[in-house]
Amino acid sequence: MFDESLRSAAPPKLAVWKFASCDGCQLSLLNCEEELLAVAGAVSIAYFPEATRAQVEGPYDVSLVEGSVTTPEEIERIGQIREMSKVVVTLGACATAGGIQALRNFADVAEFRSVVYAHPEYLSTLARSTPISAHVSVDYELRGCPIDKGQLVELLGALVEHRTPRISTYSVCAECKRRGNTCVMVAHGTPCLGPVTQAGCGALCPAFERGCYGCFGPQNTPNTASLTDHLVRTGMPPQAAMRVYRTFNAASEPFRRESERQERAMAASGTGVKR
Amino acid sequence: MTTTLDRPGHSVRDHMTPSRYRISRTRQDTRDTFTVVLEPVDGPMLHYKAGQFTMLDAFGVGEVPISISGDPTRPGPLEHTIRDVGAVTHALIAAPRGAVLGVRGPYGTSWDVADGEGGDVVVVAGGIGLAPLRPALMEIVAHRERYGRVVLLYGARTPEDILFGDELRSWARDRGVVVEVTVDNGQHAWRGKVGLVTNLVPRAGFDPHATLALVCGPEVMMRSAAQALVARGVPGDRVRLSLERSMKCGVGLCGHCQIRELFACVDGPVLGYDRLAPLLSIREL
Amino acid sequence: MADDTRIMLPQGLDRLIEVLEGRGYAVVAPTVRTGAVSLAEVHGADDLPWGVGDEQEAGRYRLTERDDGKVFAQAAAAPGMKATLFPPDELIWRGRRSGSQFEVTDTGVDHVRPTAFLGVRGCDLRALAQHDRVLAGRAFPDARYVRRREGAFIAAVTCTDPGGTCFCTSMGGGPHPESDYDLALTELSDPHRFVVEVGTDLGAEVLAEVDTVPATADDEAAVTTAVAEATMRMGRTMDTDGLRDLLYAAAESPVWDDVGNRCLTCMNCTMVCPTCFCTTVQDVSVLGSADAERRRVWDSCFSEEFAHIHGGSLRTEVRSRYRQWLTHKLAAWQDQFDALGCVGCGRCITWCPVGIDLTAEVAKIRASAGIPVAGGMR
Repeated sequence: MFDESLRSAAPPKLAVWKFASCDGCQLSLLNCEEELLAVAGAVSIAYFPEATRAQVEGPYDVSLVEGSVTTPEEIERIGQIREMSKVVVTLGACATAGGIQALRNFADVAEFRSVVYAHPEYLSTLARSTPISAHVSVDYELRGCPIDKGQLVELLGALVEHRTPRISTYSVCAECKRRGNTCVMVAHGTPCLGPVTQAGCGALCPAFERGCYGCFGPQNTPNTASLTDHLVRTGMPPQAAMRVYRTFNAASEPFRRESERQERAMAASGTGVKR
Repeated sequence: MTTTLDRPGHSVRDHMTPSRYRISRTRQDTRDTFTVVLEPVDGPMLHYKAGQFTMLDAFGVGEVPISISGDPTRPGPLEHTIRDVGAVTHALIAAPRGAVLGVRGPYGTSWDVADGEGGDVVVVAGGIGLAPLRPALMEIVAHRERYGRVVLLYGARTPEDILFGDELRSWARDRGVVVEVTVDNGQHAWRGKVGLVTNLVPRAGFDPHATLALVCGPEVMMRSAAQALVARGVPGDRVRLSLERSMKCGVGLCGHCQIRELFACVDGPVLGYDRLAPLLSIREL
Repeated sequence: MADDTRIMLPQGLDRLIEVLEGRGYAVVAPTVRTGAVSLAEVHGADDLPWGVGDEQEAGRYRLTERDDGKVFAQAAAAPGMKATLFPPDELIWRGRRSGSQFEVTDTGVDHVRPTAFLGVRGCDLRALAQHDRVLAGRAFPDARYVRRREGAFIAAVTCTDPGGTCFCTSMGGGPHPESDYDLALTELSDPHRFVVEVGTDLGAEVLAEVDTVPATADDEAAVTTAVAEATMRMGRTMDTDGLRDLLYAAAESPVWDDVGNRCLTCMNCTMVCPTCFCTTVQDVSVLGSADAERRRVWDSCFSEEFAHIHGGSLRTEVRSRYRQWLTHKLAAWQDQFDALGCVGCGRCITWCPVGIDLTAEVAKIRASAGIPVAGGMR
């Protein structure tokens, strides 16, 4: 009658996987120091190459996946991981949106390859960097470059407790105002992507009087067009207004659409597109 | 001239902290719906009116508004019939016997079924919407002689989703309630009606000019049921709906449940169709 | 003005803060923080914004220097009293589990340090009156708000320098504090001094500990002049005549689509609004700990999640969310609380990153309803 899995004594088995990424999000997990002790008690870490050489065979209750998919082998591997995991969580901008490496999606990969590598023929790479969700179903996303460790601990805690994790999908501005920050855009004239970016970082950059550069990717209903038009109207060159969306989440649908809209606007006005 | 500043009242009661209740029993009603029976850990049994709800709290997981589904005429353990649709509802139904849950309330308006005395009562329920109507039906059958014809029109997804089947049969057999059940998807074994519950309204046996109608279910179903009732001549203020809205407090403070000037939690959840009709006709109000 | 009206010199402010702190209050007053005048805790008159002014326009706020050395010569502070009396994030309860049992160990209601507000304006007092009505004046009062509110001391000021986004006079208010204060200060120049009106016995008691002299008829006339001049300097206006019926009738107006195209759904307007009161709750459990807590945080009708029920959000479109906010503030509030939910402080206009101006939107709705009426920017 009751869901017995809720009261099973064994702690959830957790695995951490790496795809194309810088390892920064995995380091956030290691940086949880104090919290990690609690994590270690509440979950059993079965596979985590950054932290331990011990390896426990799948299946896993929770797979944390860092990085984007950029090679044919990775497509196969993510499929296998999905099959042996109850819950798949993407960690960070690479896994969730394709990462900074998705800038290749706007360019010619063959050209990059020939310029960067001495022997490009040894390289097997896809034309586009894609998020994990382009290949398998994803249960939870942790945004950011890197992720916020508080959100990671919250997510793990929620999974252990079988409650819904507090991952707000609204804008950074909500957190910024709750924190009592002065709006850098309104009061300092500093361009800020906070209004179109998803909360979760605690409005970290604006708290240090910097504009948000959108590393958490688009909020739930981002009005990028209205924000960009305002940035251009208040003095940002169109080229720069295009580029603010071409960072860690360049390939996320709303940011991609907006940077391409800006490109078209520049082409139409004869401003030209420089890469 | 000096006055005393009119500072708001002193040491008011805290309405946001739940009271503790213990699960005395959990009954599985259907595949995904359970009735949780609760008794207070400290304090007396809760008195409530048919149609009211409580904020039910699975400690550490979260709190949700759930209509009371028990018998308001017999104060006893508190019953809630809960469909397993999210983390909190899952925690509530999966908690073991003896577990402590939090309860705030009862809150909100009631069906005020006594307004239907001396006339007919028609109850239209869709899916889990039968749960908030069960206390109203229990109140009516407890005083059956005070009412004329009593008709229950009930739509479920499939025959397996029919709630309170034994009760429906006993009300029909022993208490003179006309019970008509229809399902969206009938399997081969189902010999009853198939189709929308609202389609049963036009031919149901009641006197539209002396009827109290109580409707609960998905909003789109309530809207068409109310329209069908009004089309038969039931006055809008005699058609009552129980609204579902997002609620984080249940006491009019959090603001989530507003429908223009109404707070669904304190002005509702039971509201007259005369008041709701203009609001429900506006998309995304 | 009454017989007990006094004159306090600028150096009296330091003493006033000292007296209030001595009585156990945290003193919250205008202070410059990262490029804006905000209400925050101060510990002496040095923390106040002497010689600082502000420019406020739609989507734009800048500090300015004033050569008259005045201290309260700004329009509405960025975060107002709301952040103190109705904090953005507060404990509802904390509890401890053992197995399937649970006990609440703390509800946070008792940890309230009394606050003395210094330098709050008429718009904020009128917003406070709305919060008193919404949070403390109904069947289910908010215990935490009531505790903070009943302990608060209020030294208001006359708003001698309203900003470009101000329109309190349109909303039934004005630059001079009318009620709900313990003391009310009006800052005057030549010589720099404060005319202090006493609102309560407590106010009189506090003021008695500060050096003052009786105000003269000339002082009182100067206050009247300052108020009259400020009244003429509102940057915006709003015609509130028949607003409730106008907005109810305009539920399907194309104005909502137009503003929906500009609105960022960023929630800034609702966070800075001194009357907005919507909140959500968050359950927090700490990994590896038996403790759990529920917190209440500011929420906003601009988020999609806000009106979420099983099956999806009831307000998926931006136009629906902006309509909900404006209609609640200016129309439904009248049915619910017998008043306007907007006090004309202008914060939502100033702090909207793209400068959406509710006075202009209301004027457009009026115009589209075929009623040509002034409103918006002056």
